[in-house]
Order: sequence, then structure tokens, then C-alpha cells
Amino acid sequence: MQKRVYMDHAATTYTKQEVLDEMLPYFKEIYGNPSSVHGFGREARKAVDLARERTAAALNASPEEIYFTSGGTEADNWAIKGVAWANKERGNHIITTSIEHHAVLHTCQYLEKMGFEVTYLPVDSYGLVYPEQVKEAITDKTILISVMFANNEIGTIEPIREIGQIARERGIYFHTDAVQAVGHIPVDVKEMNIDLLSLSAHKFYGPKGVGALYIRKGVKLHPFIHGGAQERNRRAGTENLAGIVGLGKAIELAVANLEESSKRLAAMRDRLISGVLNTIENVRLNGHPTKRLPGNANFSFEFIEGESLLLSLDMKGIAASSGSACTSGSLDPSHVLLAIGLPHEIAHGSLRLTLGDDNTDEDIDYVLEVLPDIVQRLREMSPLFAQNKGGKRYV
Amino acid sequence: MYSEKVMDHFMNPRNVGEIEDADGVGEVGNAKCGDIMKIFLKIRDNRIVDVKFKTFGCGAAIASSSMATELIKGKTIDEALELTNKAVAEALDGLPPIKMHCSVLAEQAIKAAIEDYRRRQQEKQVNS
Repeated sequence: MQKRVYMDHAATTYTKQEVLDEMLPYFKEIYGNPSSVHGFGREARKAVDLARERTAAALNASPEEIYFTSGGTEADNWAIKGVAWANKERGNHIITTSIEHHAVLHTCQYLEKMGFEVTYLPVDSYGLVYPEQVKEAITDKTILISVMFANNEIGTIEPIREIGQIARERGIYFHTDAVQAVGHIPVDVKEMNIDLLSLSAHKFYGPKGVGALYIRKGVKLHPFIHGGAQERNRRAGTENLAGIVGLGKAIELAVANLEESSKRLAAMRDRLISGVLNTIENVRLNGHPTKRLPGNANFSFEFIEGESLLLSLDMKGIAASSGSACTSGSLDPSHVLLAIGLPHEIAHGSLRLTLGDDNTDEDIDYVLEVLPDIVQRLREMSPLFAQNKGGKRYV
Repeated sequence: MYSEKVMDHFMNPRNVGEIEDADGVGEVGNAKCGDIMKIFLKIRDNRIVDVKFKTFGCGAAIASSSMATELIKGKTIDEALELTNKAVAEALDGLPPIKMHCSVLAEQAIKAAIEDYRRRQQEKQVNS
């Protein structure tokens, strides 16, 4: 059988056995509605409460500040629209960045159509947002600053504490999309001055379809899903019981293993990065060399196109991504790679490899063994390669 | 998302390369959009006796180039001009809707190469 190597953990992770084991009873044995008064309901309620405590502990928050959602996208939508609608008397200005996930960007674009004003901050060539620029963008109409904790494509980790401090000093709400960060790098909502934080279970070995929004006590925002009184009247709908149980177990595990796991992943990542840069010509690393997620490697290979690279890797059993999985199928190059200043033709040739707990040193060896030949084969087919031999270089 | 035929022509593309003394060369697309196709033709007595391609692009772009060159090899110029993007896509057992433009590029690249050939022929006539 062909070797299979999964290096797309930023798209999604498998559900860990310990997580699945905790979830399974909540389909058939313990299936009550957590809102019900009877014993079946109380059992279910207990499980939701435990998951909420575990999630709060992972973020250094209080349990009553954790609200379960259907995932990261809902949490982002809720945080941004909820704050915008509830605070529109105070102002109509939102500050975000040009490298946010579409869950944030498209939400902000929707609000622009509804009369809000949005500033999309630029980033430097590493994808870093500068706190100074955030400060300068603030007006007396600013009600929300939303900056992602770590970028999903290039892995760059943003100066969240500093931005949060600026927002706190000015009395502006600060939201961070921490979907790629939680469970992978330390996150502390108190120490980092965070008012709202989005997370998603399937990015840290939990199940898909469940996430959470941290809402600091006292933050004014409207509900996003209207209906019953679940989640203290702020997020209606019968709880995704098994999913929430899975989230709770997964976040507890991820935070307990964080130090060991991130050290191991970062070492493999660095070997992958130096291996690629040393064996292949005309390639650049995208994202910050050190302020990056432990499992993220993102490259641009000149003269070739990302999808043909992905297909070739897939034929060798290697699962990777170019840019974000949500944008595959779109023909535009990644907005993140354009924002860090890559020319279109270089942005088209990007490859993201994201490592996880199931990857081994042998997996890195395997990628380093097959990737140079794949790049070479595609370059030999490329008219750009012939033209550029010894000519102009972009990287 | 791709048919087996697309994957076959992507992994084992036919007619990759350049013809140094080509009689006609056509290049379409641009790097900005992520697709460039370059077709080289060798023509004898109005017949395409050899064809090669170089492509920068996705799997569908490479497979379309490969299939298109197969379809016109040995054909007369007039026959090659009749090749449509639809015929290229059908020969590949279909392309995903968002990848249909790759077959359009293949058709255009062939037409551009033939146009280049005809322009060179005219220049030759003028010069002689």
C-alpha cells in the first residue's frame, strides 16, 4: 500500500481516541436535552458544565464567559456582528487586518454594506500587524478591533497582548480569531487583554461542528442565533451535546500536552523548512521565521502553480494545501500571500504543510525525498522556468 | 474532482517540451492569472507533423494542453482550427466548471500558434 502522510492539520485534525471515547456515551446512553428538568436532562447538563469549565480553564477565563457555537465561523460572525449591532449608537468603525480568515473578512464586508466603516490594516512581509498602526487607525467612532491570533495560511503569530492593551486603554472591544492558536500556543484572555475570542474544536483534535466564543463579562453584544434560552439566553438551539463534550476533552488534552507537542512539532517544522530551502532553488518561506505556529510551513515555489503541486503530492500520498482549504476552487491567489507583498505569479505557487501529533520524522524525510522531484518535473513543463533561467528572480 | 483521464494526462503529459525551429509558436494566458500555455508547431504541407507544449498552471491546464496537442497532431491546419475547447474537455471526460477556462486556453493557444505560422508564411512570401 502507498504511504499516506497527512500534513494539512490547519485544515482539520483527526479526533483523538480519548476525545472520541468521552463523546460516544452522549449519543445513545446519555442523550437528554440539557434544558430538561428531569434526570436525563440533568446528566446532560452536567456534561456541558464540565466542558465549559475545561474550556474556561484552558483560556484562563470563567466558565460563564464561555459560549458554545457550531464552530469558529459562527463565533467570528457572532463576535463581530453582535458587537456591531449592540454598539452602533457609540460608533460605526471597526478595525481589522487584511489577512483575516474569510469568516472575519466577509463578515466585515457585510457590515460595510450595512453602513459600518471598516479599516483593513496592512501587514509587513512576514504577515505581522503593527500595534502602532492599530493605534493610529482608532477614531472616536471605533467600537471593535479584530485581529487574528495566528494566521491560518502562513502561521505568523500576531502581537495580541500589545494590541489588546491598546484596545483596553481606549475602551474599545478587542476580538481575536484564535482558531489556529488555541491548543497550539499559550492563550490567556486575561493576561492578553482579550474581550472576545473564537475557537474551533476540530483544529485541536476535537470533533468538527463545534466551537466556542469567549465573551468577557460585561461585553455588550447581541445574540446571533435567536430562539430558546440556551447559553444564558445568548445562543439559542439545543446544545451539540457530544460535540461539546468532545471540545471540552480535546481542549483539556491539548493544553496539557501543549509544551511537549509544540516543541516536537517546531523541531520537525524547522527540519522541513531548512530541508526544502536547502534542496530546492528559487523557493521562499512565507510567514515569520520564528513568530510562527509550531506546525506551520508555507513555501512559494517560483515558476509553478500550487494546485499542480498539490495534485502531484497527493499522487504520492501526501495531503497538503495551497493557501486555505476554504479558498481552493477559487482561482484567485490567496489574499494573505498578496497582503504580504508576493506578486500574483509567486502567490500562485504556494504550498502549505501543517504538521500535527500524528506526524513523525519519517514523514518529514518522505516529503523531503519526493518534493524536489515534483517541483523539478513541474518546472520543466513551465514556460516561465525556461524564460527565467538565469534571468530575473523574484525571491 | 478530476476524471481519471485528466489525472493521466496530468501525471503523464504527452508532447511536453519545445520545438527549437518551430514554424509557429502561440502563447496565451498570463502568470498573474496563474495560467500560461505555450504551443510549438512543426508544419509540413499544411499538416501538423509535430507539436509540443509548455504550461504553467493547474492540473486541468496541464491536462488540457496535453490532450489538445494529441488531438491536433497529424491534422491539417484547417482541421486543427476547428478544435473547440468543448472537444478538449470532452476528450478528457469532462472538466469541473471552474476549470473550463483551461480548455479555452488550450484552444486559444493552438489558434495563436497557427496564426503565428501564417504570419511567418506571409512574411516569407513578401521577402522572397
